[in-house]
Amino acid sequence: MNKLTPVPVTRDIKNIVNAGLQRRHAAERRFRAYGLAAITLGLAFVVLMFVNIISKGYPAFWQTYIELPINFNPTVITPEGQRDQKTLEDADYAALVRVGLRETFPHVESRRDLQELYRLISSNASLHLRDMILKDVALIGTTQSVWVLASANVDTFVKGNIDRTLDESLRQVKDQEIGWIDKLQASGQLEQRFNIGLFNNGDSREPEQAGIRGALVGSFYTLLITFLLSFPIGVATAVYLEEFAPKNRWTDLIEVNINNLAAVPSIVFGLLGLAVFINFFGLPRSAPLVGGLVLSLMTLPVIIIAGRAALTSVPPSIREGALGIGASKLQMVGHHVLPLAMPGMLTGSIIGMARALGESAPLLMIGMVAFIVDVPKNITDPATVLPVQIYLWADLPERAFVERTSAAIMVLLAFMIVMNGLAIILRKRFERRW
Amino acid sequence: MLFYLFVTLALLSLSGYYLGKKRAFTVAGSHIRNLHSLPSYYGSYTALWCGLPALILFTVWATLQPGLIIKLVVARLPQELQDLPPGQLNLVVNDIKNLVSGNIVSSTPDATILAAVDHYRHLEWIGNVSLWVVVITLAIAGIVHGWRAISPKLRARNQVERVINLFLIASSTVAIFTTLGIVLSVLFESVLFFGKVPINDFLFGLQWSPQTAMRADQTGSSGAFGMIPLFAGTLLISGISMIVAVPIGLMSALYLSEYASPKFRAMAKPALEVLAGIPTVVYGFFAALTVAPLIRDIGTTLGLQVASDSALAAGLVMGIMIIPFVSSLSDDVINAVPQSMRDGSYALGATKSETIQRVLLPAALPGIVGSILLAVSRAIGETMIVVMAAGLSANLTANPLEAVTTVTVQIVTLLTGDQEFDSAKTLAAFALGLMLFIVTLILNIIALHVVRKYREQYE
Repeated sequence: MNKLTPVPVTRDIKNIVNAGLQRRHAAERRFRAYGLAAITLGLAFVVLMFVNIISKGYPAFWQTYIELPINFNPTVITPEGQRDQKTLEDADYAALVRVGLRETFPHVESRRDLQELYRLISSNASLHLRDMILKDVALIGTTQSVWVLASANVDTFVKGNIDRTLDESLRQVKDQEIGWIDKLQASGQLEQRFNIGLFNNGDSREPEQAGIRGALVGSFYTLLITFLLSFPIGVATAVYLEEFAPKNRWTDLIEVNINNLAAVPSIVFGLLGLAVFINFFGLPRSAPLVGGLVLSLMTLPVIIIAGRAALTSVPPSIREGALGIGASKLQMVGHHVLPLAMPGMLTGSIIGMARALGESAPLLMIGMVAFIVDVPKNITDPATVLPVQIYLWADLPERAFVERTSAAIMVLLAFMIVMNGLAIILRKRFERRW
Repeated sequence: MLFYLFVTLALLSLSGYYLGKKRAFTVAGSHIRNLHSLPSYYGSYTALWCGLPALILFTVWATLQPGLIIKLVVARLPQELQDLPPGQLNLVVNDIKNLVSGNIVSSTPDATILAAVDHYRHLEWIGNVSLWVVVITLAIAGIVHGWRAISPKLRARNQVERVINLFLIASSTVAIFTTLGIVLSVLFESVLFFGKVPINDFLFGLQWSPQTAMRADQTGSSGAFGMIPLFAGTLLISGISMIVAVPIGLMSALYLSEYASPKFRAMAKPALEVLAGIPTVVYGFFAALTVAPLIRDIGTTLGLQVASDSALAAGLVMGIMIIPFVSSLSDDVINAVPQSMRDGSYALGATKSETIQRVLLPAALPGIVGSILLAVSRAIGETMIVVMAAGLSANLTANPLEAVTTVTVQIVTLLTGDQEFDSAKTLAAFALGLMLFIVTLILNIIALHVVRKYREQYE
């Protein structure tokens, strides 16, 4: 064995330790900084995404309108003098719009220039005039100042998204049109108003007319079916598994099944819906009914797991109190346990519904990806939901759709925040700690 | 039409409840305690006798009626129409159905079709009327039967509870039926697919170009259905997302549970959970419109060749989405380690970071590994981000700057196109779905097994 020179033990060990202390404290500070950096980065991502979406989306809430002098010429609207519904509906209101435009810009002569001029106004201006006449027939023969929707290119330019300084061949809006737009702005005939069309209209290929109403109604019906199907079945399953099920292999199988279903990718549920509900049962494609069925199968495990947690949290003394005065097991569950566990179950279901609201992959599989213009009237009409609408709009090339997609995302996120907030308030107010 | 029948049935059941309850009070005689059960149970007994058999008959009849009517209408069609191949006969049937419901049809209908439409309407009218009559008769008969059976000795509560128990058990089997449905439906279509494309080509093929010929002489009719490039793409994008999510998620969990003050933790934890609640479409939009052009611009200034739908963009955004999964699951596991272990470490003079690295992480490691595996399974099954931000053509590469496609993208592309349903192209989507389901199932089982086997039981 080596002969170790005896060292003054205590003082040197203390020196050794003290020498390393600075390095260790530095490592400690670094580690803490990494942790803080990680969480700051995570929170920064949240903020970044919200700022990005909101900055892209809030311009969509304002829409450009142009004021035109419209002469409701009786010879155009009612050429033979009769004012029945059909004549008023079929009249050529587009001609009135064109006359109004020519009057505002009387020096535009050539055919090509006139066609460019007509493109300043959206295609639904004639429909707007028709609605005015149908509401008040007395307008025929008068001249009114009507505010009509400007086309998407004008709107994009006015919002500053088309670069004036670019070469004309690279722009959607030509110099001549810019001149007209400037003139309209100078004379106060062009203004931006709140875009109520975003919430009133269904989908459209024209960005200035596109709205999310169809998607909102479709989402509402789909979520309604999802809730009506998944909540009772989920609560019943949770009650059965927690209170009544004997501890045998069959019950284990059910529990393993539910845990697995909670982790299955959502697109596989879409495949199930396609193969079983649409092909085998022949339900209508792209209907909220099928979407609700698929989403309820997805939400079921979430509700069951939350329900079981809520039921477990009710203390045994409550159950034994009920049994002690002669209640049957079902009476005990229904009268004593379930009302106390209901806040937890509702919280879990609201969170599950919020997840279902944002789901789009399984709904793509069952056909909700079509271009649907009408607002669905019942659960078997073809419909689309808000996330799928966002997905469809994200693919469209017009610049104006970018801001509309962002605005639709803002609406969707608002709904999610409201639902999650509701769940949190419910939890804070009603949940009891035993 | 049928909705009103449903409402009528509900109202009849409700009246059955009140009638039964009143009857119970009547037969009780002097005092309610003569009854075996509470009066409300006698009411429920009557209501169940009224509603349940009628509802079952209603459902079965309403489901079978359309199919039966179509069969009868087709049987009355002229022979040459009945002899058509099934696809064309289906078109004729669709025309009839469209005319009945007032929709547009493919061409102007001729006399036989119009006659068939009238026949359909007639049969439908007969069917609906008889349905109404039978269901309401059954409901009223149920009320009468239940009402007459009410006596003080009738064990109404037991009967009603038996029905409710059956309902509870039936609800629990919905989960099993769902799994069964998923497995069977995906398996069935996959078996059809493997009949057209050999399973070895699918599992081990290195090329994915799903094309099937519409006509025999069409060029490009050779399709390659090898799924390895798709899984390689999935693994590449999931790998990138894990590289982003695991460090950030784990360090956030450690900071929140060890270093943060309670106030900071109460604010930061929900804020991080917000990331989990954002719909994946939003992430996809963000990836496609902001992150991908940004990466491409950075790449161009650095002189690199970056695709506009690179795997890096999709992977980054998917990583951001998975951060809260890793963070919250790890947080639970780290909190489960008892305080005594931390105290012992501090007592020996270790700093906080040393305690975390040498005591906490090894103790919590099985749980953390389990949560990482669950996050990986989530990343593999993610659809919308990759559909919007990743490419469409299969590319067997490890370069994150190139465009790759994943299994989920191909499933969506194959099924939202307009191919015939039983061509190899659409069936391939089901085969891919089967693979996806199996892989995520295995990952989840491994995660559960790892956590259970290696978890230290403290106290």
